[in-house]
Amino acid sequence: MITALLLFWPALAALLVLLIKGQGAKKVAFVAALVEFALSLFALSTFDTQSGATQLALSFPWIESAGISFSIGMDGISLLMVLLTTFLIPLIILSAYKHEYKNPNAFYALILFMQTGLIGVFVAMDAFLFYFMWEVALIPIYFIAAVWGGANRIRVTFKFFVYTIFGSLFMLAAFVYLYLQTPGTHSSDINAFYQLSLASESQSWIFWFLFIAFAIKMPVFPFHTWQPDTYTESPAQATMLLSGIMLKMGIYGVLRWLLPVVPFGVSQWDEVVLVLSIIGIVYASVIAIRQRDLKRLIAYSSIAHVGLIAAGIFTLNEQGLQGGVIQMLSHGINVVGLFFIIDIIFSRTNTRDITSLGGITQNAKALSIFFMILLLGSVALPLTNGFVGEFLLLSGVFQYNAWFGGIAGLTIILGAVYMLRMFQGVMFGTKSELTEAFSDLTMNEKAVLIPLVVMVFWIGLFPNTFLDISEPAVNNLLSIIKR
Amino acid sequence: MTSIILLSVFGIINLFVGFAKSKKVLLPLVLIFLAVVFAINLMDWNNTQSYFHNMLTIDNYAVAFTGIMTLTTLLLLPFSQRYIARNDANLAEYYSLLLFSLVGAVMMVSYENLIMLFIGVEILSIAMYVLAGSDKTSLRSNEAALKYFLMGSFFTGIMLFGIVMIYGGTSTFNITEIAAAQAQLNADGLSNTMLTLGILVLIIGISFKISAAPFHFWAPDVYEGTPTLFTAFMSTVVKTAGVAAFYKLMEAAFAASYTTWFPTLVAITVLTLVIGNVGAVIQTSFKRMMAYSSISHAGYLLMALVAFNQQSDTAILFYSAAYATATIAAFGVLKMVQDNRGNATYEAFNGLGRTNPLLAFAMTVSMLSLAGIPLTAGFFGKFFVFSALLQNPNMLWLVVLAVILAAVGIYYYFKVVIAMYMQPAANQEVVEVSSLASFTLILITALTILLGTAPALVSGLI
Repeated sequence: MITALLLFWPALAALLVLLIKGQGAKKVAFVAALVEFALSLFALSTFDTQSGATQLALSFPWIESAGISFSIGMDGISLLMVLLTTFLIPLIILSAYKHEYKNPNAFYALILFMQTGLIGVFVAMDAFLFYFMWEVALIPIYFIAAVWGGANRIRVTFKFFVYTIFGSLFMLAAFVYLYLQTPGTHSSDINAFYQLSLASESQSWIFWFLFIAFAIKMPVFPFHTWQPDTYTESPAQATMLLSGIMLKMGIYGVLRWLLPVVPFGVSQWDEVVLVLSIIGIVYASVIAIRQRDLKRLIAYSSIAHVGLIAAGIFTLNEQGLQGGVIQMLSHGINVVGLFFIIDIIFSRTNTRDITSLGGITQNAKALSIFFMILLLGSVALPLTNGFVGEFLLLSGVFQYNAWFGGIAGLTIILGAVYMLRMFQGVMFGTKSELTEAFSDLTMNEKAVLIPLVVMVFWIGLFPNTFLDISEPAVNNLLSIIKR
Repeated sequence: MTSIILLSVFGIINLFVGFAKSKKVLLPLVLIFLAVVFAINLMDWNNTQSYFHNMLTIDNYAVAFTGIMTLTTLLLLPFSQRYIARNDANLAEYYSLLLFSLVGAVMMVSYENLIMLFIGVEILSIAMYVLAGSDKTSLRSNEAALKYFLMGSFFTGIMLFGIVMIYGGTSTFNITEIAAAQAQLNADGLSNTMLTLGILVLIIGISFKISAAPFHFWAPDVYEGTPTLFTAFMSTVVKTAGVAAFYKLMEAAFAASYTTWFPTLVAITVLTLVIGNVGAVIQTSFKRMMAYSSISHAGYLLMALVAFNQQSDTAILFYSAAYATATIAAFGVLKMVQDNRGNATYEAFNGLGRTNPLLAFAMTVSMLSLAGIPLTAGFFGKFFVFSALLQNPNMLWLVVLAVILAAVGIYYYFKVVIAMYMQPAANQEVVEVSSLASFTLILITALTILLGTAPALVSGLI
């Protein structure tokens, strides 16, 4: 029941927000998002973290004649993703406080509506419900990015939209095929999919049908071309939603709907995926070093980080999967924080160009500290959240193939290069005319950054809080994959 | 059966009411007529009966499709307010012709005899020829009527030719007896050239009616020239009736010759999908884009026919319902925008999101539905069609093709969404909308979303 409440509350709240005229909408949206966060904490408190099974489940027939049911539930991995979503959305709404967007009611209603889609993706236990929610999450973010975005928004967001739909239609075709392979009157329940024993030739093509959908969303090289432009042109909140949460849908999809469903397909193609991911890591990192636009730089760094997560997950060992799960949390927190800081800098100087910034540390001590912490988390310094995830992921890749591990490990060095270069260019050096009168953080901005920074250290110092939640679920998943 | 009689009688009553000075009473009257027909039609549910020595059979298939077509017409008429506003002299005739056309459509989904199919097609078409040219002062409308009439009567001739050859091959017009004759031929290991030829020629005739490629050439011009209200009728009711008749024909009469016509049908389907979707991309007029879009949807509907299994009828029914709701909303909004802003290009929609949020929202939902995106009925339409087709694993390639073309579809459907929400309005004037039209739009939009979240309402019917 609590799962259904988690799923529908944001959508209901969105309708409510839609009715509110003027800037009051954001206050209501923020409160609604906090309520959602409280609900997810309640779900956590009733959750049995010892068990890897699906809990808090609810299922009733949806299209009865076709054996399709509305079934939702959570295991440890889902729960962590739901917590990440409910934790980040209030902060993202709060981060928009100083912006006076046109039609604020529509803007915040779309964010909340998207939250329903995101939660739906993470709790769906039926293939068609998963697909349904997958697209429900896409429609609002398209409109947020395309209506409130920058100058080139129409062309760029349209490319993003068509690209992702194109991928997900293949996922739909694969789901329909799998559904028709289930025995009896057919079922699209996740367990029915897990019990299929398909010939390895069909697993081979189904793998690609599903993988393309997830790879475009993540995005994995070479399916990433929509991403830097979309991140750059979207309003800051949309960028945070896309990079902080939506990207996790792709990784989560791989974990839940790809690896356990077509294990033979995975064993045929895992090497290809690892190679693509590792190419992506190096390629995106090198490009990131050359970027002058802050948003583009973080966008490319995000491709690199996701490449490592994908590589780790496809090693199919416990370190890799656990590292992937924890790194999804860390990446979500770090990237949202970094994009918020870029938004703060942009709103004060009206530029994101590294070369025309500089010397901000002199005026804004608090901003510098928060920026530094999030940045160190992102480059995986020990004691920060990034370290835990990258360490586990790299050790997973290393077990799979030492060479791959070695090359993927470049991410740590290259990441430090582009991140520290950025920090140097923006924060140190002499003040430029744009940063002359730079003012430090407001209370409001601190209220967003403090929870994020707390999480950076929490995951960095006590990763077991989170690893313990996902461990039984990951082991359960591995036992299904290796059946 | 009662629905055929009622529709004819109501059509005539309506003509007489047209003599009255005030046309205000006409619209409510027709709406009530259609509501009555809709209700009476439902009383035949689960009560299969044959009429006129097996010329017509009203079964659940017929009732379901009649219901959808009546409802479509019912939801379409509130957008004819403009005709009432200017007290159009021929309003009663338009409504009566629509009702008569509906009679033909009902016959096309309940025929048991090829003669009735032919008569149904004719009744439907002749009314449409007149309505296509109903805007007498417009050259485009005249052109549309002439093109539609010339091409239409030519292909009706071809259809009749096919029916006659089938008669030559099997000595009967009754579809059950035709099926039996073929089964006999198959059992004897004989082939019958006359019959085969007849089937193929008949397929060509019906393909024209549903504007399937390569017999679609008339569609863009006719759709563009015809007054918008009747274009909407043409692309919903006429198409639904055509596809339903097509499936009934293949299923009840020609199932035994499956291998003969299957390659032809696949070729028509592929061509229709490709030409419809690719053609729509390059259009600058929204209305012309909708014409190509209607060709492409004929392609998706034909995919359910290609599947040819027990899921096909559900798929066709649901797809028709989903397509009809979305199309009425799209044409309804188009009509109001066109009436106020003078043209049917994409630019006419610029800034509609700001001036008329309701129209823009209804249009967006309708475009999402046509593009087949979840939360809307169109998604489940495509879903049922694809899953019916995938029952036959050899047809995977066709599903993949359709998936790619569906992604192309998003491109042209979203052009208008982008125009409404993201382009600045050239002329900021608000489009006038009557309260009846607003109410109908809200109803249709709600219906689209309802079917998109609870598809079992329709999919479980037949």
